Amino acid sequence: MYVDRGRQISIAVFLLALAGVLLGAAPSFFSLGNFKDILVNISYVAIAALGMMMVILTGQIDISVGATLSICSTLAATASKAGLPLWLVFAISIGAGAGLGLLNGLLVTRFKIHSIIVTLGTLSVFRGALIYFTKGAWIYQLPEDFRTVGLGTFLGIPNPIWAMAVVLLAGAWVLSATPWGRALYAVGSNPEAARLSGIRVPFVQASVFVACGALVGLATMFYATRFSTIQSNTGQGFEFLVITAVVVGGTNIFGGSGTVLGVMLGALLVGVTGTALTFLKISAYWEQALQGLFILLAVAFDALRSRRRRFTRRAGGGG
Amino acid sequence: MKAQPRLRLRLSVAELVLVGALALAILVMAQLSPQFLTVRNFFEVTRFVAEAGLISLGMTAVILTGGIDLSVGSILGLSAILTGALFHAGWNVWLAALAGILAGTLAGALNGLIITRAGIPPLIVTLATLAIYRGLALGISQGQAYRDYPEAFYTLGQGYLGPVPVQLIVFALGSLVFVLLLGRTVFGRALYAIGNNETAARFSGLPVDRVKLVIYSLSGLLSGLAGVIFVSRLSTAKADAGLGYELDAITAVVLGGTAISGGQGGIWGTLLGLFIVGIVRNGMTLAFINADVQLVFIGLILIAAVTLNQVLRRPGRR
Repeated sequence: MYVDRGRQISIAVFLLALAGVLLGAAPSFFSLGNFKDILVNISYVAIAALGMMMVILTGQIDISVGATLSICSTLAATASKAGLPLWLVFAISIGAGAGLGLLNGLLVTRFKIHSIIVTLGTLSVFRGALIYFTKGAWIYQLPEDFRTVGLGTFLGIPNPIWAMAVVLLAGAWVLSATPWGRALYAVGSNPEAARLSGIRVPFVQASVFVACGALVGLATMFYATRFSTIQSNTGQGFEFLVITAVVVGGTNIFGGSGTVLGVMLGALLVGVTGTALTFLKISAYWEQALQGLFILLAVAFDALRSRRRRFTRRAGGGG
Repeated sequence: MKAQPRLRLRLSVAELVLVGALALAILVMAQLSPQFLTVRNFFEVTRFVAEAGLISLGMTAVILTGGIDLSVGSILGLSAILTGALFHAGWNVWLAALAGILAGTLAGALNGLIITRAGIPPLIVTLATLAIYRGLALGISQGQAYRDYPEAFYTLGQGYLGPVPVQLIVFALGSLVFVLLLGRTVFGRALYAIGNNETAARFSGLPVDRVKLVIYSLSGLLSGLAGVIFVSRLSTAKADAGLGYELDAITAVVLGGTAISGGQGGIWGTLLGLFIVGIVRNGMTLAFINADVQLVFIGLILIAAVTLNQVLRRPGRR
């Protein structure tokens, strides 16, 4: 397997440089509490990013994850308020995500429409439908057991961090040690070769959307449970965070290569830059510009590093 | 490569589907609201589509080369904010607007430079600049809105020339330029060549990087122009101007039959796609259907049109 170590080193260097600046300007950044906050904040991004990575590995993309997060949040909160047990709430959120993912996957594989188009369409449909059904109303007064999922701790470590660790480790195992995981890389590298070697390409392609949806449903449980209200427009721009984490983490946007460690580093970069600005006392209005700039720098730095290799590789596929 | 006649037949089928969809949309909308089929309302529709339309022209060219530009909505916002901020800093309003458009062009050129020089895929570059340009608009304005422009400035977005809204004329001229540029010039043919096979285009001596730089700059210029029209139409410049416009533009382009992988499609299709979206939105508004349901329908139309196209295009295959 080809691993883009260069990208991981780039991110590490970048994070170190940022740490240097922070050490000089805002030493209070380096507290255990703050690191815990950052990890909790990126946990749901990292879980969803694992799903997005699976999709991107096969050369597809899913832009509808923000809308899926929104629908799962609303369903989970409603189910919990209706008094359903926690395990069922989990099942509903994950199941709903998987169902929406299946819809994306079937549209992509049955009609061979490019996934950018399909998910661009379903993004509108999901979000519009949700606001229509909820009438834009917020959900208040969430039950105690629901909120414990996101706010509680186990052995002194917040639940979302545990969830992120378990999910990413499981993901790394699935991707490197199971036939399905290996098939994702094969399909992304060369669909035709994958087909000829007996991999059911459409099945694999559809299944990554289901996996991505299910992981977004799971991520929802560590996102929605941290707030006292659920807004019907929640999760807007979530796709930006998730795709950023994945591509900055070194997953090839055309498919075929990428690592779970990279995804974790990518998510960390997204979380750290956001928090760092607060500590450097930079106006929140500049946050988005600087975040975008950091991302561009990280990607450009790596692109220039690996220029020679990239030059010989054909940039294409995914059509 | 496919034989030429077959290609032509397939394209006409795709366009027939669109014309059919447009006719259906008009019929349904006319049933929903008696005000729909009036000249006045036709011009209202065009007023609505002019900004998204200008952006869609540039987006068509970008997608034809196999690229994509997600930053267009943010460029619109940045141009709008610069226009407002410079005017409030004492500049002549037209000079401020020109500076806004120039900034849009530069923003587009920067996209093109990074894509061609660093060799990073357009999807990632423009995803990052989407955040950067929107962030600059937010940072410069610090969340404030710029209002109170001189009366003359409002002609661009609110005025009429005879019965025709001014921005429709701007949009029509822009469309004409793009139809000629894409269909009748060496530059236009180069876009198709690059989209079909970039390596082959490079080896046949086409200045691929320069062509790409020009189209991303053009996309920025048109987004900047749309930003100025936006400010003039709404009498205010806010940092969230044009949020999500990239979706509208991509929807129009793809609905119009331009292949997302590049090399196939054109401006006529985009115009059809644009009017389908515009008419559905307008008709539903007249029928008091709220914006969220409209969103569902736009999404469904996009998926349905592309699916139908895909099914009709490949009769023998699969």
